Amino acid sequence: MATYELEQTHAPVVVKDPHDTTAARIGRFATRLPLQILLAFIALLWLLPTLGLFLTSLLSPEDFQTNGWWKVIAHPHLGTWANYSNVWNNTDIPHALVLTAEIAIGGTVLPILIAASAGYAFAWIDFPGRDWLFVGVIALLVVPLQMGLIPIFHLYNTLSIYDTVLGLILFHTAFGLPFAIFLLRNFFIGIPKDILESARIDGASEFRIFWKLILPLGLPAIASLAIFQFLWTWNDLLVALVMARNTQPITVSIFSQLRQFGSNIDIIAPASFMSLVIPLVVFFSFQRYFVQGLLAGSVK
Amino acid sequence: MAAAPPAPRQNFFRRNAVAIAFLAPALILLFVWIVYPTIYTIIRSFSGKQAHEGFLPYGDYVGFANYKALFTTDILVTAIKNSAIWILIAPATVTAIGLVFAVLTERIRWAVAFKTIVFMPMAISLFATGVIWHVMYIKDPQQGAVNAGIGAVKSWFSSPAVLQDANASSPLLTGSPQRGFVLRRPLQAGDTAKMGLTAIPPSEVPADAEQAVPPTPKARSVTGVVWRDFSPGGGTPGKVEKGELGIPGARVDLLDSSGRRVQSTKTEANGSFEFNRVRGSGLKTEIDPATFGAPFTGVSWLGPKLITPSIIFAYVWVWAGFAMVVIGAGLAAISREVLEAARTDGASEWQVFRRITVPMLAPVLSVVFITMLINVLKVFDIIISIAPGSTQSDAAVIAVQMWRQSFGGSNDFGLGSAIAVFLFILVIPVLLLNVRRFRREV
Repeated sequence: MATYELEQTHAPVVVKDPHDTTAARIGRFATRLPLQILLAFIALLWLLPTLGLFLTSLLSPEDFQTNGWWKVIAHPHLGTWANYSNVWNNTDIPHALVLTAEIAIGGTVLPILIAASAGYAFAWIDFPGRDWLFVGVIALLVVPLQMGLIPIFHLYNTLSIYDTVLGLILFHTAFGLPFAIFLLRNFFIGIPKDILESARIDGASEFRIFWKLILPLGLPAIASLAIFQFLWTWNDLLVALVMARNTQPITVSIFSQLRQFGSNIDIIAPASFMSLVIPLVVFFSFQRYFVQGLLAGSVK
Repeated sequence: MAAAPPAPRQNFFRRNAVAIAFLAPALILLFVWIVYPTIYTIIRSFSGKQAHEGFLPYGDYVGFANYKALFTTDILVTAIKNSAIWILIAPATVTAIGLVFAVLTERIRWAVAFKTIVFMPMAISLFATGVIWHVMYIKDPQQGAVNAGIGAVKSWFSSPAVLQDANASSPLLTGSPQRGFVLRRPLQAGDTAKMGLTAIPPSEVPADAEQAVPPTPKARSVTGVVWRDFSPGGGTPGKVEKGELGIPGARVDLLDSSGRRVQSTKTEANGSFEFNRVRGSGLKTEIDPATFGAPFTGVSWLGPKLITPSIIFAYVWVWAGFAMVVIGAGLAAISREVLEAARTDGASEWQVFRRITVPMLAPVLSVVFITMLINVLKVFDIIISIAPGSTQSDAAVIAVQMWRQSFGGSNDFGLGSAIAVFLFILVIPVLLLNVRRFRREV
């Protein structure tokens, strides 16, 4: 289980050198100046587009036709919150955000519970054919979800769960499972055997061990997984586009506005920005777990 | 693998009840949502539009016709070509940029901040990323930041043209905007040059232009004027009249008798110019071609030609952070001593990078590359949201056409299934690789 973090990957500790005078330090700074400038420029390139979307979302449609978003920086009076209040009051975007949250939360909790119990079985319960079954799960890791769209579309119509939150949650759960099982099984297998054995000798049932030992001990892996799964379901467009018509999460809601790009930028830009606020908050709050999960399972 | 002892069948379930209870929810979901649909889609790909969608599809069998259509229909061939471009460019670029960023950030103190910034787009949906870059790529430099940036850099290196086009107002002046306009009559010190232009739309006359003033002769100088030789009602060509504006900012050259440029100047707001300390005779004045040119109207990033590279760039922007972080972790795991030993032995930074860092990172690099390969095959959202409707067919890849053919109007589930199967076949090598890697571990 990799436990690298962003904080740990930077340069090694530099032992202070007695010859490390101010002059030497300035000299070193000067030789690295081009690199610093280059990286600052790159950082800017990575920040500007998102900032651009935000500033665009503050422009009135008339101002958008004649002004670039960067003019808002020099002329803040061009910016207005009117677009946001319009989107909030007059469109189905707020409703779409609520639906998205429901789908993302359901599509995160359910697969984690199911994958954790399967991961536990694959890691610690002996049964015939265990490794073969696990190889099967690994094989499913890279099956493109395009393989599921057509049959599940028909299946949902038969089961009458087409266009429901439940249908979307189940789809995300199923296609999230191979990765989740893979990640959790690999984490659980690293839990010291003694802990489990002594619990079993004490007469704890497997379910008790799972609830009281495995889940708490597996929390770091579960946290990484939760963030991934949450971002994946929150950001999904394709599944919702196929499996729902009126149950529109935020991406589909914006997509249906997209056909007239330019003429309704005053809805698309603020709605897009609203759609990425929650993922960004999640990302910045749990960045550590996000990176851990990334390193543990960059196979998907 | 535990070898099961031979036992009566009914006991199998009882003995493994716990394992079954833990596994059942996952296995049921995996079977119903992934395994069964895979079988369904493969069978469905051999039927046409009219097949019955039962538990398994049946009827309207067409053999390999859907696969034939996949490789012969124009828009689908375009999609396959686009996918090939994506596969060739995107994973390698993402991996390379991630490697460069990971190595460079080891040398700065604000590495954590840098990594966070570059990593951030990973959290944003590819769909919203598409919206972001659609706004960045707008063609009009007034609105699109990318073209505004290019325009700014261009005007930095070359002074912008004053006029787009013009004609000589009278036969006294000859030439064209491309070659420059030269006054026919040879000049010498004390002479004046009246260089009238017409066919300039009022909207193109620079805003600071003032009433043109006829030049007054000056000893040892050549004085002149460049002006818009047109006033409502006609006026006399070649004569500076009331209501006619000077052209400010035009570049005027003084040529000697052999046609060599000896002086150069720019006109005032009223169009006047002056060359001082002029010597010799047979001189000519010329309005420099640099005065004319089309203004920068923007590169059409979202047009049919550039749309795929434009989207790939946005995609690299998203995934570079992923590559950087994974490769950075691999880099941190490389023993410092090996690197230091090489440096002590006199290896240059480039040699250390080329001969030690990269080979030691090879496993990590291949993981990043393969992850990106699988991702690239499924790329969908970002194409849908960046490409405007008019160029969406030019930008579409296999995954986009799979959706379009099945759900985007034509509802051809047979063809859609064939496209999905094609996608599946492309990832099978990776599937086998994953399985083999695991079998070796156990």
